[in-house]
Amino acid sequence: MLIRQLSIFLENKSGRLNEVSSILGTNGINMTAFSVADTSEFGILRMIVSDPERACKILRDSQFAVSLTDVVCLNCPNEPGALAKALQILSDNKVSIEYLYAYSIGDSANVVLKPDDLDLCIKILQDHKMELVKASELYKI
Amino acid sequence: MIWNEKIECASHEEMRIIQSERLCETVKRIYHNVPYYRKKMQEVGLNANDIHDVDDLQKLPFTTKIDLRDNYPFGLFTVPMSEIVRLHASSGTTGKPTVVGYTRRDIQMWSEVVTRSLCMAGVHRNDIVQIAYGYGLFTGGLGLHYGTENLGASVIPISGGNTHKQIQLMEDFGSSVLCCTPSYALNIAEVMKEMKVDINNLKLRVGIFGAEPWSEAMRKEIESKLRIKAIDIYGLSEIVGPGVSCECEYQCGMHINEDHFLPEIINPDSLQPVTPGEIGELVFTTITKEGIPLIRYRTRDLTRLIQEKCVCGRTMVRMEKCKGRSDDMLIIRGVNVFPSQVETVLLNMSEVEPHYLIIVDREASLDMMSVMVEVQEQFFSDEIKKLQELRLKITRNLESVLGISVNIKLVEPKTIERTAGKAIRVIDNRNI
Repeated sequence: MLIRQLSIFLENKSGRLNEVSSILGTNGINMTAFSVADTSEFGILRMIVSDPERACKILRDSQFAVSLTDVVCLNCPNEPGALAKALQILSDNKVSIEYLYAYSIGDSANVVLKPDDLDLCIKILQDHKMELVKASELYKI
Repeated sequence: MIWNEKIECASHEEMRIIQSERLCETVKRIYHNVPYYRKKMQEVGLNANDIHDVDDLQKLPFTTKIDLRDNYPFGLFTVPMSEIVRLHASSGTTGKPTVVGYTRRDIQMWSEVVTRSLCMAGVHRNDIVQIAYGYGLFTGGLGLHYGTENLGASVIPISGGNTHKQIQLMEDFGSSVLCCTPSYALNIAEVMKEMKVDINNLKLRVGIFGAEPWSEAMRKEIESKLRIKAIDIYGLSEIVGPGVSCECEYQCGMHINEDHFLPEIINPDSLQPVTPGEIGELVFTTITKEGIPLIRYRTRDLTRLIQEKCVCGRTMVRMEKCKGRSDDMLIIRGVNVFPSQVETVLLNMSEVEPHYLIIVDREASLDMMSVMVEVQEQFFSDEIKKLQELRLKITRNLESVLGISVNIKLVEPKTIERTAGKAIRVIDNRNI
């Protein structure tokens, strides 16, 4: 159920994001989802890619500061209140979320979550019959 | 007014006799009281009786900041602590500060040379002197303070910072003299403009500025913005603090109080004296100090000496405005900063590689120091919170060692340029 997410440190200067995506593109690595968190000084690019280990190595070879972080991906219906329901369950069970990003296609939505307690988060979501996306499926999208 | 005409206008021969006598006494005192100095002298085959007059000065070994560090904190003091009435400190080249101790007589001597300096600048006892140098371990505030009281002028001991209040008191109390760093003077001028203060309502007429290098262009700017005469004062805590030398109203070089501080100019590479009048490194020997006399102390400041009698009537040798440094020390808002201090802090933090670049800018006339530090794989975290904590930690560690505020910028790995030769660690954009 664990998804390996790629996190890349980026200085706030033009062209850096473009550089990352073109390096991955040249090496045949596809991006499934990504988000950028920024501060006034720097940013962190987080992404789910088709081959996280290989992407990590390639980017490190190109002098980027990269880390691999485990996250979970929740699949829920693309309808009002669906995300709220999942978040309510996590909140009731004292699981905090460090960050999340999501995308929806058609009638379902994928939500990438980084909770403070990964194991607890998975257990609770499973206990409540929430659907978690398998890594192998997600990387293929 | 000349405060001590007998000394300040003494003939060359009279001054030489005073200097020779005091030098011999000082050498005897340090030889017999400081094992470190005795050993250094013995190593070059000297004993206390080998120094007869100022011509023998060149036989003596040099003293540097490293000697002060090796004897941290009180190893070079010549008197027992019971005789020391005050301690001051400035930055050393690494973590430890450079400490100096003053006896009661040292404080009196210091007050005397500062009083002379104030008189050179044209200050008199009817003046109200606003001292906006920092009070504390830094010698600026207390040095000017004692000299001003000794002169009999009125002191406003406001210390540095709080610019609105500085301006308010300047208006309300009618300060006629301002003492601070030149960059702070410009900052005050800018804030005055923002506050729409009418400069004609101020009584300010003289500024005594020092503790950091400044150019003639900056002098003109300060003089026109504040409508005052801007006087350059020189000093370093190792020698005594401000008052080692100061300009007179003719602004043509700083008169060195050479009956207390014996100047020499050497070539920093060969360590030999330069041809008189040439630029080189300024070296001082203190010949009256009791707490921590220093023999041939290398200031690292580059300047030249002017021997001719000044228009003001003083005969004391003059030094030109400092032209730069023979080492990599930066002076930021009056505080000494060595790149090696930054390096030491970074090396002591396991999360960080010691790849850094110091950038100094002058923003709104205030010096700002930024340090670019590379983010390395091992401490790169996915969480912004953790990176911000790291940034804060580096900031705090640096600030506690340097004593000034620092802006830390985390940058990507390998983006700080590597050079095959001497690494470029500092970019100074101030154009001093």
